[in-house]
Amino acid sequence: MAVITVRQAISDALREEMERDENVFLLGEEIGVWGGTYAVTRGFYDQFGEKRVRDTPIAETAIIGAAIGAAMTGLRPVAELMTINFAFSAMDHIVNEAPKLHYMFGGQFKVPMVIRTVGGGGRQLGATHSQTPDAIFAHFPGLVVIAPGTPEDAKGLLKAAIRSDDPVLFIEHSTLYQWRGEVPDGDYTVPIGKSKIQRPGKDVTLVTYSKMLQKSLQAADELAKEGIDVEVVDLRTLRPLDMDPVLESFKKTNRAVVVEEGWKSFGVGSEVVSRMYEEAFDYADAPIKRVAQKEVPLPYNQKLEQMALPQVADIIQAVKEVR
Amino acid sequence: MKKQEHLELFRQMVMIRRVEERAAELYQQGKIGGFLHLYIGQEAVSTGLAAARKPQDRLITAYRDHGVAINAGISPEQVIAELLGKATGTSKGKGGSMHMADTEKNFWGGHAIVGAHLPIAAGLALGDQYKGEDGITICMFGDGATNIGYFHEGVNLSKVWNLPVLWVCENNRYGMGTTVERASAVSEIRQKAEGYGIPNERVDGMDVLEVKQAAEKALAKIRAGEGPYFLEIMTYRFQGHSMGDPERYRESEEIKKWQENDPIGVYHKYLIENKKATGKELDEIEAQVEKDVAAAVEFAENSPEPAPEALFEDIFVEEY
Repeated sequence: MAVITVRQAISDALREEMERDENVFLLGEEIGVWGGTYAVTRGFYDQFGEKRVRDTPIAETAIIGAAIGAAMTGLRPVAELMTINFAFSAMDHIVNEAPKLHYMFGGQFKVPMVIRTVGGGGRQLGATHSQTPDAIFAHFPGLVVIAPGTPEDAKGLLKAAIRSDDPVLFIEHSTLYQWRGEVPDGDYTVPIGKSKIQRPGKDVTLVTYSKMLQKSLQAADELAKEGIDVEVVDLRTLRPLDMDPVLESFKKTNRAVVVEEGWKSFGVGSEVVSRMYEEAFDYADAPIKRVAQKEVPLPYNQKLEQMALPQVADIIQAVKEVR
Repeated sequence: MKKQEHLELFRQMVMIRRVEERAAELYQQGKIGGFLHLYIGQEAVSTGLAAARKPQDRLITAYRDHGVAINAGISPEQVIAELLGKATGTSKGKGGSMHMADTEKNFWGGHAIVGAHLPIAAGLALGDQYKGEDGITICMFGDGATNIGYFHEGVNLSKVWNLPVLWVCENNRYGMGTTVERASAVSEIRQKAEGYGIPNERVDGMDVLEVKQAAEKALAKIRAGEGPYFLEIMTYRFQGHSMGDPERYRESEEIKKWQENDPIGVYHKYLIENKKATGKELDEIEAQVEKDVAAAVEFAENSPEPAPEALFEDIFVEEY
């Protein structure tokens, strides 16, 4: 078990898959000569050459459209969208083409494509560059949506995504790249569509994913000092959503908080809490609470931005309220 | 061209015409749902293009796709069954009029969002280029699609990456009910290709042989590694944009004038005058097509609906 960063984990997954399979190639803005704006693909251009590490114009529709077409011919493109905020420019291809083609043509087409992209706030990039719109993409049947929170999951899930025959949106977090964690040695994958208990506990269930996993684990450590034993469930995949570990945990603790970085309205928490009430209403000893981003476009000013983002203190408070 | 090739082109054009006529009837009888966009008047375009391609060349088009499907070699049975939403259709009844395809016949759809299939076509071509195969992607779209961003991103990328694509704009003068002049900054669409440094040509789309020759020339250049090529094919749809189009945007005189140039009539005349076929031979083909289409309609009407289980089939390839 080596300890590496999320950035290294993603980079290793890409490199290993490219070494394993000729048909895996990368395309996106500034991924080649530049080395990737988040430095994930640094060195790839020299190792694999311009055929397999393809710099594109700043043209998101061309990037995703071309990735879909190439995937339909049997290649395994990994398209990078520099940030998830630019995914809106390619929305039709992401939600209206890739997830529909297999179904709509009676199973004839396959789209084994991964779209890697970066979401999240906290870097003072202003409202248009700081969003966590994951829930929008998880709305569409036919599109796998993954958002890992640890180096181990980032590497294993990205490898699984590249090997999957379905289109996958793989959402990384802009402030998580430096987070370190243990990663198994050698080749491994993490199954898509499986939630995971990242910290066992018996008093309160915290359901979360991506960057908010880190904050939830921090909150759990703080709460442990006060004698509150929190179980943290990491969704890891938003579609298909695996509710089993969530429900199992909730049936044990009877109290839950769902934490997400995006806005509360029509968000991931809305979905998860609805399903908990639908399937385990009788187990609730207190109303389930949600922690999410304040309903504002994220401001540039650092203090205001941090006020809008969910913090460890918000999670601690919510846990105490359901306790 | 051998006589048999001529007769086959004629047969395909007549087949498209008859299938479309029957489709209109079935639509009026309420047997076809959704939208129905007929290819009547434009048959020479897809027929000429398909005749010029080699088996390894991919065809991809927009929502006016029944004609291309037939040219690609899909049976009228499967086309009409798809229109009727039957399990025996090209897409098992889950795609409908606008979403027909057959990968075995290198026909890659049938795409209903205007312009969205152009970047996808660039990707298909990238697939062939990447694997070192010599297939070419023939991507058809209407004049209306050349005003949307997808067109510009896809066409630009094809030139930047020197992709083996033949871009084919079917200029039928209208994007739905809006004329080219009212929607496009330039009314000669090929000028847009000029802007991307892509060799281009304007072609008479009512003459199947002219389309075929232009496509053959373009495909040879692309196959020689010269990169994408662009054809603007001048054509006209004799029917409305889709069924139920009130056609307030054009005069019946204009339609009549184009109908004098009916691509099937033009080709019929050519074949007789140049002694490529006799009137009797062509009559026999027409009679056989009538029979084939009648049988296809019967097949489609008697075909089963998709089973209820089909509702949840093919959402994902994998099981998670």
